[in-house]
Amino acid sequence: MFILDIVSSALLIAGVFFGLTGAVGLFKFPDFFTRIHAASVTDSVAAILIIGGLLLQTSFDLNTAKLLFILAFLLITSPTASHALAKSARHGGLLCLAETTNKPTDERPHD
Amino acid sequence: MTELIDLVLLAMLALTALKIIFLKDLFAVVMLFGIYSFLSALIFINLDAVDVAFTEASVGAGISSVLMLGTLALTGRTEKENKRSSLLPLLVVTVTGAALIYGTLDMPPFGAANNPVHEHVAPRYIEESPKEVGLPNMVTSVLASYRGFDTLGETVVVFAAAIGVLALLGVRREKTDNVRQSGFTDHYVLRIIAKLVIPLIILFALYVQFHGDFGPGGGFQAGVIAAAAFILYALVYGLPSAFRVVGPKFLQGLASFGVLLYASVGLYSMFKGGQFLDYNKLAVDPLAGQHYGIIIIELGVGITVFAVMLSIYYAFASQTERGNT
Repeated sequence: MFILDIVSSALLIAGVFFGLTGAVGLFKFPDFFTRIHAASVTDSVAAILIIGGLLLQTSFDLNTAKLLFILAFLLITSPTASHALAKSARHGGLLCLAETTNKPTDERPHD
Repeated sequence: MTELIDLVLLAMLALTALKIIFLKDLFAVVMLFGIYSFLSALIFINLDAVDVAFTEASVGAGISSVLMLGTLALTGRTEKENKRSSLLPLLVVTVTGAALIYGTLDMPPFGAANNPVHEHVAPRYIEESPKEVGLPNMVTSVLASYRGFDTLGETVVVFAAAIGVLALLGVRREKTDNVRQSGFTDHYVLRIIAKLVIPLIILFALYVQFHGDFGPGGGFQAGVIAAAAFILYALVYGLPSAFRVVGPKFLQGLASFGVLLYASVGLYSMFKGGQFLDYNKLAVDPLAGQHYGIIIIELGVGITVFAVMLSIYYAFASQTERGNT
Protein backbone atom coordinates (compact mmCIF):
# COMPACT_ATOMS: atom_id res chain seq x y z
CA MET A 1 0.00 0.00 0.00
CA PHE A 2 2.78 2.37 0.96
CA ILE A 3 4.58 1.91 -2.35
CA LEU A 4 1.33 2.41 -4.25
CA ASP A 5 0.79 5.69 -2.39
CA ILE A 6 4.26 6.89 -3.32
CA VAL A 7 3.81 5.98 -6.99
CA SER A 8 0.38 7.55 -6.99
CA SER A 9 1.57 10.83 -5.52
CA ALA A 10 4.53 10.89 -7.91
CA LEU A 11 2.11 10.53 -10.82
CA LEU A 12 -0.17 13.23 -9.42
CA ILE A 13 2.72 15.65 -8.89
CA ALA A 14 4.00 14.98 -12.41
CA GLY A 15 0.50 15.57 -13.73
CA VAL A 16 0.24 18.88 -11.90
CA PHE A 17 3.68 19.84 -13.23
CA PHE A 18 2.62 19.19 -16.83
CA GLY A 19 -0.62 21.05 -16.25
CA LEU A 20 1.34 24.05 -15.01
CA THR A 21 3.79 23.95 -17.92
CA GLY A 22 0.83 23.84 -20.27
CA ALA A 23 -0.62 26.94 -18.63
CA VAL A 24 2.74 28.77 -18.74
CA GLY A 25 3.19 27.80 -22.39
CA LEU A 26 -0.28 29.02 -23.20
CA PHE A 27 0.72 32.48 -22.01
CA LYS A 28 4.36 32.62 -23.09
CA PHE A 29 4.44 31.03 -26.53
CA PRO A 30 4.51 33.45 -29.47
CA ASP A 31 1.74 32.33 -31.84
CA PHE A 32 -1.50 30.35 -31.94
CA PHE A 33 -0.09 27.01 -33.07
CA THR A 34 2.66 26.81 -30.47
CA ARG A 35 0.12 27.82 -27.83
CA ILE A 36 -2.28 25.10 -28.83
CA HIS A 37 0.64 22.68 -28.63
CA ALA A 38 1.21 23.74 -25.02
CA ALA A 39 -2.48 23.51 -24.20
CA SER A 40 -2.79 20.04 -25.69
CA VAL A 41 0.00 18.86 -23.39
CA THR A 42 -2.26 19.77 -20.48
CA ASP A 43 -5.14 17.94 -22.12
CA SER A 44 -3.33 14.71 -22.81
CA VAL A 45 -0.24 14.08 -20.68
CA ALA A 46 -1.46 15.82 -17.53
CA ALA A 47 -4.85 14.09 -17.76
CA ILE A 48 -3.21 10.66 -18.18
CA LEU A 49 -0.86 11.23 -15.25
CA ILE A 50 -3.52 12.60 -12.89
CA ILE A 51 -6.05 9.89 -13.68
CA GLY A 52 -3.28 7.30 -13.44
CA GLY A 53 -2.44 8.63 -10.01
CA LEU A 54 -6.10 8.50 -8.98
CA LEU A 55 -6.43 4.97 -10.34
CA LEU A 56 -3.83 3.76 -7.87
CA GLN A 57 -5.84 5.30 -5.02
CA THR A 58 -8.90 3.15 -5.78
CA SER A 59 -9.29 -0.40 -4.57
CA PHE A 60 -10.09 -1.90 -7.99
CA ASP A 61 -13.85 -1.56 -7.83
CA LEU A 62 -16.44 0.36 -9.80
CA ASN A 63 -14.52 3.60 -9.35
CA THR A 64 -11.53 2.11 -11.18
CA ALA A 65 -13.73 1.25 -14.14
CA LYS A 66 -15.27 4.72 -14.15
CA LEU A 67 -11.84 6.38 -14.08
CA LEU A 68 -10.69 4.13 -16.94
CA PHE A 69 -13.75 5.18 -18.95
CA ILE A 70 -12.97 8.84 -18.29
CA LEU A 71 -9.37 8.26 -19.32
CA ALA A 72 -10.38 6.56 -22.57
CA PHE A 73 -12.87 9.32 -23.32
CA LEU A 74 -10.29 12.04 -22.66
CA LEU A 75 -7.69 10.26 -24.78
CA ILE A 76 -10.12 10.22 -27.69
CA THR A 77 -11.61 13.68 -27.35
CA SER A 78 -8.86 16.08 -26.24
CA PRO A 79 -6.45 15.46 -29.13
CA THR A 80 -9.42 15.71 -31.47
CA ALA A 81 -10.37 19.07 -29.98
CA SER A 82 -6.82 20.39 -30.37
CA HIS A 83 -6.65 19.04 -33.91
CA ALA A 84 -9.99 20.58 -34.87
CA LEU A 85 -8.95 23.94 -33.42
CA ALA A 86 -5.62 23.98 -35.24
CA LYS A 87 -7.15 22.83 -38.48
CA SER A 88 -9.92 25.40 -38.33
CA ALA A 89 -7.37 28.14 -37.61
CA ARG A 90 -5.29 27.01 -40.58
CA HIS A 91 -8.40 26.78 -42.71
CA GLY A 92 -9.41 30.27 -41.64
CA GLY A 93 -6.07 31.61 -42.91
CA LEU A 94 -4.11 32.03 -39.69
CA LEU A 95 -0.36 31.80 -40.31
CA CYS A 96 2.27 30.58 -37.91
CA LEU A 97 4.99 32.93 -36.65
CA ALA A 98 7.71 31.84 -39.14
CA GLU A 99 5.41 32.45 -42.09
CA THR A 100 4.35 35.89 -40.90
CA THR A 101 7.92 37.05 -40.25
CA ASN A 102 9.12 35.83 -43.69
CA LYS A 103 6.44 37.91 -45.37
CA PRO A 104 7.18 41.51 -44.52
CA THR A 105 3.98 42.74 -46.20
CA ASP A 106 1.76 40.90 -43.76
CA GLU A 107 1.11 42.29 -40.35
CA ARG A 108 2.01 40.19 -37.41
CA PRO A 109 -1.08 38.95 -35.61
CA HIS A 110 -1.83 40.72 -32.40
CA ASP A 111 -1.29 38.92 -29.17
CA MET B 1 -9.37 23.17 3.43
CA THR B 2 -12.83 23.33 1.85
CA GLU B 3 -13.05 27.00 2.82
CA LEU B 4 -9.78 27.63 1.00
CA ILE B 5 -11.01 25.84 -2.13
CA ASP B 6 -14.29 27.76 -1.91
CA LEU B 7 -12.44 31.06 -1.62
CA VAL B 8 -10.20 30.33 -4.61
CA LEU B 9 -13.16 29.22 -6.73
CA LEU B 10 -15.26 32.23 -5.73
CA ALA B 11 -12.36 34.58 -6.53
CA MET B 12 -11.99 32.96 -9.96
CA LEU B 13 -15.75 33.30 -10.43
CA ALA B 14 -15.56 37.02 -9.66
CA LEU B 15 -12.60 37.49 -12.02
CA THR B 16 -14.45 35.68 -14.81
CA ALA B 17 -17.52 37.86 -14.26
CA LEU B 18 -15.43 41.04 -14.40
CA LYS B 19 -13.71 39.90 -17.58
CA ILE B 20 -17.09 39.13 -19.15
CA ILE B 21 -18.19 42.72 -18.49
CA PHE B 22 -15.13 44.31 -20.03
CA LEU B 23 -14.63 42.07 -23.07
CA LYS B 24 -16.11 43.26 -26.36
CA ASP B 25 -15.47 40.04 -28.30
CA LEU B 26 -18.62 38.02 -27.78
CA PHE B 27 -17.07 34.68 -28.78
CA ALA B 28 -14.62 35.05 -25.91
CA VAL B 29 -17.52 36.06 -23.66
CA VAL B 30 -19.38 32.84 -24.50
CA MET B 31 -16.28 30.80 -23.66
CA LEU B 32 -15.96 32.70 -20.37
CA PHE B 33 -19.61 31.93 -19.62
CA GLY B 34 -18.72 28.26 -20.05
CA ILE B 35 -15.82 28.65 -17.63
CA TYR B 36 -18.13 30.49 -15.22
CA SER B 37 -20.57 27.58 -15.27
CA PHE B 38 -17.80 25.05 -14.71
CA LEU B 39 -16.51 27.06 -11.77
CA SER B 40 -19.96 27.19 -10.20
CA ALA B 41 -20.30 23.46 -10.79
CA LEU B 42 -17.05 22.97 -8.87
CA ILE B 43 -18.41 25.12 -6.02
CA PHE B 44 -21.56 22.97 -5.95
CA ILE B 45 -19.42 19.82 -5.78
CA ASN B 46 -17.52 21.38 -2.91
CA LEU B 47 -20.86 21.93 -1.18
CA ASP B 48 -21.74 18.23 -1.82
CA ALA B 49 -24.59 19.19 -4.15
CA VAL B 50 -23.58 16.76 -6.87
CA ASP B 51 -26.91 16.76 -8.72
CA VAL B 52 -26.93 20.54 -9.05
CA ALA B 53 -23.29 20.50 -10.14
CA PHE B 54 -24.13 17.93 -12.79
CA THR B 55 -26.98 20.09 -14.10
CA GLU B 56 -24.83 23.21 -14.06
CA ALA B 57 -22.02 21.50 -15.96
CA SER B 58 -24.24 19.93 -18.60
CA VAL B 59 -26.72 22.79 -19.08
CA GLY B 60 -24.61 25.85 -18.24
CA ALA B 61 -21.30 24.86 -19.75
CA GLY B 62 -22.51 22.42 -22.38
CA ILE B 63 -25.75 23.22 -24.12
CA SER B 64 -26.00 26.94 -23.43
CA SER B 65 -22.52 27.56 -24.88
CA VAL B 66 -23.61 25.86 -28.09
CA LEU B 67 -26.89 27.77 -28.18
CA MET B 68 -25.14 31.09 -27.52
CA LEU B 69 -22.61 30.36 -30.28
CA GLY B 70 -25.56 29.57 -32.54
CA THR B 71 -27.03 32.96 -31.67
CA LEU B 72 -23.71 34.68 -32.37
CA ALA B 73 -23.59 33.05 -35.79
CA LEU B 74 -26.84 34.90 -36.47
CA THR B 75 -26.06 38.24 -34.88
CA GLY B 76 -22.33 38.93 -35.22
CA ARG B 77 -19.37 38.63 -32.94
CA THR B 78 -18.60 42.05 -31.47
CA GLU B 79 -20.54 44.01 -28.95
CA LYS B 80 -22.05 47.28 -30.12
CA GLU B 81 -20.23 50.32 -28.79
CA ASN B 82 -22.30 52.08 -26.18
CA LYS B 83 -21.89 55.84 -26.36
CA ARG B 84 -24.15 56.79 -23.49
CA SER B 85 -22.86 57.66 -20.06
CA SER B 86 -22.74 54.76 -17.65
CA LEU B 87 -23.11 56.84 -14.50
CA LEU B 88 -26.78 56.12 -13.86
CA PRO B 89 -26.48 52.33 -14.37
CA LEU B 90 -23.43 52.35 -12.10
CA LEU B 91 -25.43 54.16 -9.42
CA VAL B 92 -28.32 51.68 -9.72
CA VAL B 93 -25.98 48.70 -9.55
CA THR B 94 -24.08 50.13 -6.58
CA VAL B 95 -27.26 50.84 -4.62
CA THR B 96 -28.70 47.42 -5.40
CA GLY B 97 -25.44 45.69 -4.51
CA ALA B 98 -25.17 47.64 -1.26
CA ALA B 99 -28.76 46.71 -0.38
CA LEU B 100 -28.06 43.05 -1.07
CA ILE B 101 -24.90 43.09 1.05
CA TYR B 102 -26.84 44.87 3.79
CA GLY B 103 -29.43 42.10 3.53
CA THR B 104 -26.80 39.41 4.08
CA LEU B 105 -25.97 40.94 7.46
CA ASP B 106 -29.24 39.50 8.79
CA MET B 107 -28.48 36.03 7.45
CA PRO B 108 -27.59 33.28 9.90
CA PRO B 109 -23.90 32.29 9.98
CA PHE B 110 -22.71 30.13 7.07
CA GLY B 111 -22.92 26.41 7.78
CA ALA B 112 -24.28 26.71 11.34
CA ALA B 113 -26.23 23.66 12.49
CA ASN B 114 -29.32 25.55 13.67
CA ASN B 115 -29.87 27.52 10.44
CA PRO B 116 -33.49 27.64 9.26
CA VAL B 117 -32.67 25.54 6.18
CA HIS B 118 -31.57 22.68 8.40
CA GLU B 119 -34.60 22.86 10.68
CA HIS B 120 -37.53 23.28 8.32
CA VAL B 121 -38.40 20.32 6.04
CA ALA B 122 -34.89 18.95 5.47
CA PRO B 123 -34.78 16.73 8.60
CA ARG B 124 -38.14 15.22 7.72
CA TYR B 125 -36.93 14.38 4.19
CA ILE B 126 -33.74 12.87 5.54
CA GLU B 127 -35.50 10.78 8.18
CA GLU B 128 -38.67 9.77 6.38
CA SER B 129 -37.77 9.52 2.68
CA PRO B 130 -35.97 6.16 2.98
CA LYS B 131 -39.21 4.75 4.46
CA GLU B 132 -41.67 6.64 2.28
CA VAL B 133 -39.89 6.61 -1.08
CA GLY B 134 -36.98 4.28 -0.52
CA LEU B 135 -34.52 5.69 -3.05
CA PRO B 136 -30.81 5.89 -2.24
CA ASN B 137 -30.58 9.31 -3.94
CA MET B 138 -32.58 11.61 -1.70
CA VAL B 139 -32.37 14.47 -4.19
CA THR B 140 -34.39 12.44 -6.68
CA SER B 141 -36.93 11.57 -3.98
CA VAL B 142 -37.45 15.24 -3.17
CA LEU B 143 -37.39 16.39 -6.78
CA ALA B 144 -39.62 13.75 -8.27
CA SER B 145 -41.91 12.72 -5.43
CA TYR B 146 -42.24 15.33 -2.67
CA ARG B 147 -41.87 18.22 -5.11
CA GLY B 148 -43.38 16.39 -8.07
CA PHE B 149 -45.74 19.24 -8.79
CA ASP B 150 -42.87 21.78 -8.92
CA THR B 151 -40.94 19.55 -11.29
CA LEU B 152 -43.99 19.27 -13.53
CA GLY B 153 -44.03 23.07 -13.56
CA GLU B 154 -40.34 23.17 -14.49
CA THR B 155 -40.91 20.74 -17.33
CA VAL B 156 -43.75 22.89 -18.60
CA VAL B 157 -41.46 25.94 -18.41
CA VAL B 158 -38.87 24.14 -20.55
CA PHE B 159 -41.63 23.22 -22.98
CA ALA B 160 -42.88 26.82 -23.05
CA ALA B 161 -39.33 28.02 -23.82
CA ALA B 162 -39.30 25.80 -26.89
CA ILE B 163 -42.66 27.15 -28.01
CA GLY B 164 -41.35 30.70 -27.62
CA VAL B 165 -38.17 30.07 -29.61
CA LEU B 166 -40.00 28.19 -32.34
CA ALA B 167 -42.64 30.91 -32.58
CA LEU B 168 -39.93 33.54 -33.03
CA LEU B 169 -37.50 31.66 -35.27
CA GLY B 170 -39.20 28.59 -36.64
CA VAL B 171 -37.41 25.72 -38.34
CA ARG B 172 -37.14 26.38 -42.05
CA ARG B 173 -37.09 23.24 -44.03
CA GLU B 174 -36.24 23.98 -47.59
CA LYS B 175 -35.69 21.34 -50.16
CA THR B 176 -32.07 22.16 -50.80
CA ASP B 177 -29.74 19.28 -51.45
CA ASN B 178 -26.76 20.94 -49.85
CA VAL B 179 -25.89 18.00 -47.66
CA ARG B 180 -22.32 18.17 -48.90
CA GLN B 181 -21.87 21.86 -48.14
CA SER B 182 -23.19 21.61 -44.63
CA GLY B 183 -21.08 20.34 -41.75
CA PHE B 184 -17.34 19.81 -41.64
CA THR B 185 -16.79 17.86 -44.82
CA ASP B 186 -12.99 18.05 -44.82
CA HIS B 187 -12.47 17.37 -41.11
CA TYR B 188 -11.93 13.61 -41.47
CA VAL B 189 -10.60 13.19 -37.95
CA LEU B 190 -13.58 15.01 -36.51
CA ARG B 191 -16.05 12.92 -38.49
CA ILE B 192 -14.53 9.62 -37.44
CA ILE B 193 -14.18 10.60 -33.80
CA ALA B 194 -17.73 11.94 -33.74
CA LYS B 195 -18.98 8.62 -35.08
CA LEU B 196 -17.03 6.88 -32.33
CA VAL B 197 -18.13 9.18 -29.52
CA ILE B 198 -21.82 9.75 -30.27
CA PRO B 199 -22.97 6.23 -29.27
CA LEU B 200 -20.99 6.56 -26.03
CA ILE B 201 -22.67 9.88 -25.25
CA ILE B 202 -26.13 8.45 -25.87
CA LEU B 203 -25.30 5.42 -23.74
CA PHE B 204 -24.13 7.74 -20.97
CA ALA B 205 -27.33 9.76 -21.29
CA LEU B 206 -29.39 6.60 -20.82
CA TYR B 207 -27.26 5.64 -17.82
CA VAL B 208 -27.80 9.07 -16.27
CA GLN B 209 -31.52 8.84 -17.02
CA PHE B 210 -32.16 5.48 -15.41
CA HIS B 211 -29.50 5.64 -12.73
CA GLY B 212 -30.86 8.92 -11.38
CA ASP B 213 -32.67 7.05 -8.60
CA PHE B 214 -29.40 5.70 -7.25
CA GLY B 215 -26.80 8.34 -8.02
CA PRO B 216 -26.53 11.89 -9.26
CA GLY B 217 -28.47 12.45 -12.43
CA GLY B 218 -31.99 12.32 -13.73
CA GLY B 219 -34.19 13.50 -16.54
CA PHE B 220 -32.85 17.03 -16.88
CA GLN B 221 -29.21 16.05 -17.18
CA ALA B 222 -29.91 13.01 -19.36
CA GLY B 223 -32.04 15.00 -21.78
CA VAL B 224 -29.33 17.61 -22.17
CA ILE B 225 -26.60 15.01 -22.69
CA ALA B 226 -28.63 13.14 -25.30
CA ALA B 227 -29.36 16.42 -27.07
CA ALA B 228 -25.62 17.16 -27.02
CA ALA B 229 -24.95 13.93 -28.91
CA PHE B 230 -27.41 14.88 -31.66
CA ILE B 231 -26.10 18.46 -31.79
CA LEU B 232 -22.59 17.05 -32.27
CA TYR B 233 -23.93 14.97 -35.14
CA ALA B 234 -25.65 18.01 -36.67
CA LEU B 235 -22.50 20.12 -36.30
CA VAL B 236 -20.16 17.59 -37.87
CA TYR B 237 -22.37 15.97 -40.50
CA GLY B 238 -24.57 18.93 -41.33
CA LEU B 239 -28.11 19.90 -40.46
CA PRO B 240 -29.86 18.06 -43.33
CA SER B 241 -28.35 14.74 -42.20
CA ALA B 242 -29.50 15.42 -38.66
CA PHE B 243 -32.99 16.25 -39.94
CA ARG B 244 -33.10 12.83 -41.53
CA VAL B 245 -32.29 11.17 -38.20
CA VAL B 246 -34.70 13.21 -36.04
CA GLY B 247 -36.94 15.62 -37.87
CA PRO B 248 -38.12 18.91 -36.35
CA LYS B 249 -41.77 17.88 -36.55
CA PHE B 250 -41.06 14.63 -34.70
CA LEU B 251 -39.21 16.61 -32.02
CA GLN B 252 -42.18 18.91 -31.49
CA GLY B 253 -44.35 15.87 -30.91
CA LEU B 254 -41.73 14.39 -28.59
CA ALA B 255 -41.54 17.58 -26.50
CA SER B 256 -45.25 17.56 -25.82
CA PHE B 257 -45.24 13.80 -25.30
CA GLY B 258 -42.81 14.16 -22.39
CA VAL B 259 -44.98 16.71 -20.60
CA LEU B 260 -48.10 14.64 -21.27
CA LEU B 261 -46.41 11.49 -19.96
CA TYR B 262 -45.57 13.32 -16.75
CA ALA B 263 -49.06 14.75 -16.34
CA SER B 264 -50.74 11.47 -17.22
CA VAL B 265 -48.99 9.79 -14.28
CA GLY B 266 -50.72 12.36 -12.11
CA LEU B 267 -54.09 11.74 -13.74
CA TYR B 268 -53.65 7.97 -13.47
CA SER B 269 -52.99 8.25 -9.75
CA MET B 270 -56.21 10.29 -9.49
CA PHE B 271 -58.10 7.52 -11.26
CA LYS B 272 -56.67 5.08 -8.77
CA GLY B 273 -58.25 7.11 -5.98
CA GLY B 274 -55.32 9.19 -4.84
CA GLN B 275 -54.42 12.82 -5.31
CA PHE B 276 -52.65 14.29 -8.35
CA LEU B 277 -49.15 12.73 -8.62
CA ASP B 278 -49.74 10.48 -5.62
CA TYR B 279 -47.41 7.64 -6.60
CA ASN B 280 -48.43 5.49 -3.65
CA LYS B 281 -51.54 4.48 -5.54
CA LEU B 282 -49.72 3.34 -8.70
CA ALA B 283 -49.06 -0.15 -7.36
CA VAL B 284 -50.28 -2.34 -4.54
CA ASP B 285 -47.12 -1.71 -2.57
CA PRO B 286 -46.70 2.06 -1.97
CA LEU B 287 -42.90 1.85 -2.22
CA ALA B 288 -43.09 0.09 -5.60
CA GLY B 289 -45.64 2.70 -6.70
CA GLN B 290 -43.20 5.44 -5.77
CA HIS B 291 -40.46 3.78 -7.82
CA TYR B 292 -42.71 3.34 -10.88
CA GLY B 293 -43.91 6.92 -10.66
CA ILE B 294 -40.44 8.39 -10.32
CA ILE B 295 -39.01 6.36 -13.20
CA ILE B 296 -41.88 7.35 -15.51
CA ILE B 297 -41.91 11.05 -14.68
CA GLU B 298 -38.11 11.23 -14.96
CA LEU B 299 -38.48 9.68 -18.40
CA GLY B 300 -41.04 12.34 -19.28
CA VAL B 301 -38.69 15.08 -18.10
CA GLY B 302 -35.80 13.57 -20.05
CA ILE B 303 -37.80 13.28 -23.27
CA THR B 304 -39.10 16.84 -23.04
CA VAL B 305 -35.70 18.35 -22.21
CA PHE B 306 -34.03 16.39 -25.02
CA ALA B 307 -36.63 17.43 -27.59
CA VAL B 308 -36.68 21.07 -26.47
CA MET B 309 -32.90 21.51 -26.47
CA LEU B 310 -32.54 19.89 -29.86
CA SER B 311 -35.37 21.85 -31.45
CA ILE B 312 -34.00 25.14 -30.11
CA TYR B 313 -30.65 24.24 -31.65
CA TYR B 314 -32.40 23.32 -34.91
CA ALA B 315 -34.17 26.67 -34.93
CA PHE B 316 -30.90 28.62 -34.57
CA ALA B 317 -28.88 26.45 -36.92
CA SER B 318 -31.45 26.37 -39.71
CA GLN B 319 -31.61 30.18 -39.64
CA THR B 320 -27.82 30.34 -39.90
CA GLU B 321 -27.68 27.87 -42.78
CA ARG B 322 -30.36 29.81 -44.61
CA GLY B 323 -28.24 32.94 -44.27
CA ASN B 324 -25.19 31.14 -45.66
CA THR B 325 -26.74 29.67 -48.78
